[in-house]
Amino acid sequence: MARKLKLRIWRGDATDGGLKNVEVEANDGEVVLDLIHRVQATQMGDLAVRWNCKAGKCGSCSMEINGKPRLACMTQVSSFPEGEEITVTPLRAFPVIKDLVTDVSFNYRKAMEIPSYEHPKNLAPGEARMEQIDVERSQEFRKCIECFLCQDVCHVVRDHEENKKSFAGPRFFIRIAELDMHPLDMLKNRKQKAQEEHGLGMCNITKCCTEVCPEHIRITDNAIIPMKERVVDVKYDPVRWLGSKIRKREGIV
Amino acid sequence: MTSLEKHKYDVVVIGAGGAGLRAAVEARAAGLRVAIVCKSLFGKAHTVMAEGGAAASMGNVNEKDNWQVHFRDTMRGGKFLNHYRMAELHAKESPDRIWELEVWGALFDRTKEGKISQRNFGGHEYPRLAHVGDRTGLELIRTMQQRIVALQQQDAKESGNAESHIKVFAELTITEILKENGKIAGAYGYWRENGNEVLFEAPTVIIATGGVGKTFKITSNSWEGTGDGHALALKAGANLVDMEFLQFHPTGMVWPPSVRGILVTESVRGEGGILTNSLGERFMFKYIPEVFKDKYADNEAEADRWYLDQDNNRRPPELLPRDEVSRAINTEVKAGRGTEHGGVYLDVSKRIPADVIKKRLPSMWHQFYELAGVDITKEAMEVGPTCHYVMGGVEVEPDTAAAVGVPGLFAAGEVAGGMHGSNRLGGNSLSDLLVFGRRAGMGAVEYAKKNPTATVSEKAIADAAARIEAPFSRAGGENSYSLHAELQEVTHNLVGIIRTGKEVEEAIEKIAAIRARSANVAVAGTRQFNPGFHLAFDLDNMLLVAESTAKSALLREESRGGHTRDDFPGMSSKWRQVNHISSFDGKVVTVKAQPLPSIPKELFDLFDIHELEKYMTPEEIAKGGSN
Repeated sequence: MARKLKLRIWRGDATDGGLKNVEVEANDGEVVLDLIHRVQATQMGDLAVRWNCKAGKCGSCSMEINGKPRLACMTQVSSFPEGEEITVTPLRAFPVIKDLVTDVSFNYRKAMEIPSYEHPKNLAPGEARMEQIDVERSQEFRKCIECFLCQDVCHVVRDHEENKKSFAGPRFFIRIAELDMHPLDMLKNRKQKAQEEHGLGMCNITKCCTEVCPEHIRITDNAIIPMKERVVDVKYDPVRWLGSKIRKREGIV
Repeated sequence: MTSLEKHKYDVVVIGAGGAGLRAAVEARAAGLRVAIVCKSLFGKAHTVMAEGGAAASMGNVNEKDNWQVHFRDTMRGGKFLNHYRMAELHAKESPDRIWELEVWGALFDRTKEGKISQRNFGGHEYPRLAHVGDRTGLELIRTMQQRIVALQQQDAKESGNAESHIKVFAELTITEILKENGKIAGAYGYWRENGNEVLFEAPTVIIATGGVGKTFKITSNSWEGTGDGHALALKAGANLVDMEFLQFHPTGMVWPPSVRGILVTESVRGEGGILTNSLGERFMFKYIPEVFKDKYADNEAEADRWYLDQDNNRRPPELLPRDEVSRAINTEVKAGRGTEHGGVYLDVSKRIPADVIKKRLPSMWHQFYELAGVDITKEAMEVGPTCHYVMGGVEVEPDTAAAVGVPGLFAAGEVAGGMHGSNRLGGNSLSDLLVFGRRAGMGAVEYAKKNPTATVSEKAIADAAARIEAPFSRAGGENSYSLHAELQEVTHNLVGIIRTGKEVEEAIEKIAAIRARSANVAVAGTRQFNPGFHLAFDLDNMLLVAESTAKSALLREESRGGHTRDDFPGMSSKWRQVNHISSFDGKVVTVKAQPLPSIPKELFDLFDIHELEKYMTPEEIAKGGSN
């Protein structure tokens, strides 16, 4: 059954902007992205919004809905009480380009800073053998759809532009964790690098990233905390610290 | 006017899905400079939506599997209309392409021995699909994306510039492929962010733009599937082959309306999901076609046993090729045995324990729970056909992926035609885009070495720029959103899953009328990230694709794979010898018949002669393949 709904959409660009009120029809089962599309087709032909799959798989339609970072394609209109206004605004941690579209290039720059996977030199294609249980730890992190909601919500950068230089953010902590836990990856010291070069230490484990992750990846519990713990172990345990120096390898297995 | 942004590259790859990225990696490996251009952000391409897996006869689960078996399955699935050479290359090379992903960091699910696990899928004789749960496409796109980043990091180390050899131009629409003296000279387009125009000068262009689903009303495709590459190729003088063949995936979501069309992976059936109608009948047993009777179980007991013992039982009919299952569902619904929302039931809850479902089909569980309020571990899903894939596409030379007739142009992945014949098997797409993405890269390398430079004339630039500006300079007129919706109605109703000659003729007229009106599309607002403006170009592409599909569909007076004519229900061996070739003269699409390349003896001999008799003419059988 169709009902009329009040929607407030942030419209503007890098220089200026504000919330615009629109009334739009909503049908049963619709998500917020459906409403935005209807507004686009009927009232605001030039309303800018990113989206692709509309099935929660590509992570394009990230925005803030009533202040919470979410995917518009996975946010049911029926999840809001009758009569409640729905306010959609662009991701706050990134510069606005236009309307609901932000410049997320920060994330692609950070991706470039994370050292890539290193395959064992003598292991020919097809020869890899790994246990399912061993690949599953990394697979959890490889579920990431790069919606960057975790990056947006993280208060280390959300209102602190100055931290962006030295902080990779939760998305890239799970990337490091994924490579660190990859059964075959040959590059050592990924955890130390996370701490020393990518700002892992700046995270104070408020778990906001985990809360907004549409893939339900346990970013904090399964990636950030284990990495922090092991880094601390090595750094403050004199025997392991010495061991790591003598044997020229990471003191953590 | 500000000065035009210009770039010179050896290769321009249009599309950053699996095929485009694999092509770029190959060209970069040969030392070429590559521009990757895509309409979305990097890593969002439609490849991400692929769920089930990538087919490759690695033989990890059943060692009897090999390339010959895979080749046979692919040809059967395509009803022998496939280009034999493409099917052969694909079957032979896909294992290497999968293993290579592992070298780049991909983490597939494993067998007990620690090898890459492989799952069953429709039309594949043995468990063959390498997979990661039901998010294999994401794994593939991320692995390729991360491979590109790794190469850029290498370049940064060597030259100090990460973009010295590969640069990604994300959110940039290509509106034209440019030629000079009959050869590729580059491409022209605009940044979606601000509408500023960009010229690429390059001797080679690789089209890897994916599909055309958005031409149809109910589709599993994202907004990007607007047939850009098909249309760009046509306009550049290339041909499209067999555009009448569209795959309607049997299982798309049907409820609620806003998610209609979203894909429900075939893995649900591969893992044991069964299809029933509103009477509770497991109806697929009624729809096993003659040509498949020896491979599919005709009773429930045998079908169920197959999951435990695949050597001594025939497969459940739920795992027939997609065209067969789609038609069956369509027939059930039309006969009044559909569900409340016009689909059928797909149930996995009674056969697999809840925790196993959540482990093997996590995205499906998530998708139904969050979007439809259905817990698939407890209840059945409602599903129905959705436009999923176009088998037709750019006519290419199989070995090099070179577009026939346009020197310097290449095409790979869904946008290329021939590989899948009249119907693609599930799992053959991810492997296709790796195999032919790589070959397109190799083809471009070879060509670019002989033709190292390309210059675009001032006139060509001015013409391309004028076409981009046009929608803004028109007064009043048509709205691209409503024309798009009208086109989708026409294709859905008249050139959809079941066709008749009369309806297709009507569609051709209506498409022409919409195309005439599209010349009056006016765009409001500025060039800055303006979806109405973007859609104006997408619409133009979709109209050309729809015209090509409708005209090809009218000519083919038989039913085969992804083309069903109610007025010609049978499959004819005469029509199997014919490909339909679309070309464009700047005004209309013309479709003509062309003989299908005949299969060489060594491939012919891989089949049982009695099977071939079901598809080929007595003369072809007597000849026994070409030499």
